[in-house]
Amino acid sequence: MIWQIDFWLLVILIVAAVTALSLHDLLGAVAALAAYSFFVALLFAQMGAIDVAFVEATLGAGITGVLFIIALFLTKRRTED
Amino acid sequence: MKWFSALVMVLLLALMLYATSDLPDHADPQAPANTYVSPTYIENSVKDTHTPNVVTAILADYRGYDTLGETVVIFAAGLACALVLMKKAGEKEDR
Amino acid sequence: MIRQRYQSIIIQSICSLLIPFIQLFAIYVILHGHYGPGGGFQGGVLLAVSVLLQRLYLGKEVAYQKFPPKLALALGAVGMLIFGLAGIVPMAFGGSFLDYAYLPLPGVSGAELRYLGILIVELGIGLAVFGTLVLIFDNFIGGRW
Repeated sequence: MIWQIDFWLLVILIVAAVTALSLHDLLGAVAALAAYSFFVALLFAQMGAIDVAFVEATLGAGITGVLFIIALFLTKRRTED
Repeated sequence: MKWFSALVMVLLLALMLYATSDLPDHADPQAPANTYVSPTYIENSVKDTHTPNVVTAILADYRGYDTLGETVVIFAAGLACALVLMKKAGEKEDR
Repeated sequence: MIRQRYQSIIIQSICSLLIPFIQLFAIYVILHGHYGPGGGFQGGVLLAVSVLLQRLYLGKEVAYQKFPPKLALALGAVGMLIFGLAGIVPMAFGGSFLDYAYLPLPGVSGAELRYLGILIVELGIGLAVFGTLVLIFDNFIGGRW
């Protein structure tokens, strides 16, 4: 366990989460959410839970992003609030 | 209102950090989770199932009932999605 | 609709190159779950991703011919059936629920049988997750593409 890697992963995690919440362009928000999932996966891998990291990378950064993008494609891209 | 929610967030963060101080350290061999069932699985999984990956042995063999429940939940979610969204036989496409 | 809006020779060639490798890696992940990270869930998701990518770049008509949507539901149900049978069949042969050491496979016994039982269960999970995710996608997008 190397605390520098942990620290910077957590910092990027918080930045990605705040970005996903605050963007008005929903496609960018989905990308930020996928980045968040991917850094959670890196954090899991760094802690030694490779299987959980694999699930998080495939489900969180893969399928969730695809489904959100399909939902955006069927509705509209920008949010009003 | 925005400042109030920010204040609540900071208070929650402080509460969680305080709660974290009671948790055992990362990879602490004396933690309760590492002294009760983990050693049994780690020692016996290769002998019992010939599976070098302990996670797979636990997920699919020792805790197979749990995995069955997970899979049933996922399949039920897919079925519910199909039941809600599936078009009827004679229905026209809406776009 | 997606295909008409974003038609590009680069995207089509790259997708058609990528899909076999994604499927190969998915099968590797399912079958290699005993020795490394991986297993049914991850492999099933990767297989579903390959089919979804095919649907996105080929358009409705061709992709539905290559992988009909009814097949997804059938494959998911077959996966659940495999898992359920791996649980129930040992009960008929004297074991308890999901005790793979009592599966009636000739020639193997004990730990090897449990090894094979894990493999069967992982295949079932993979098929179930694959079918379910493709099913969700198909019903989600419906006829609007």
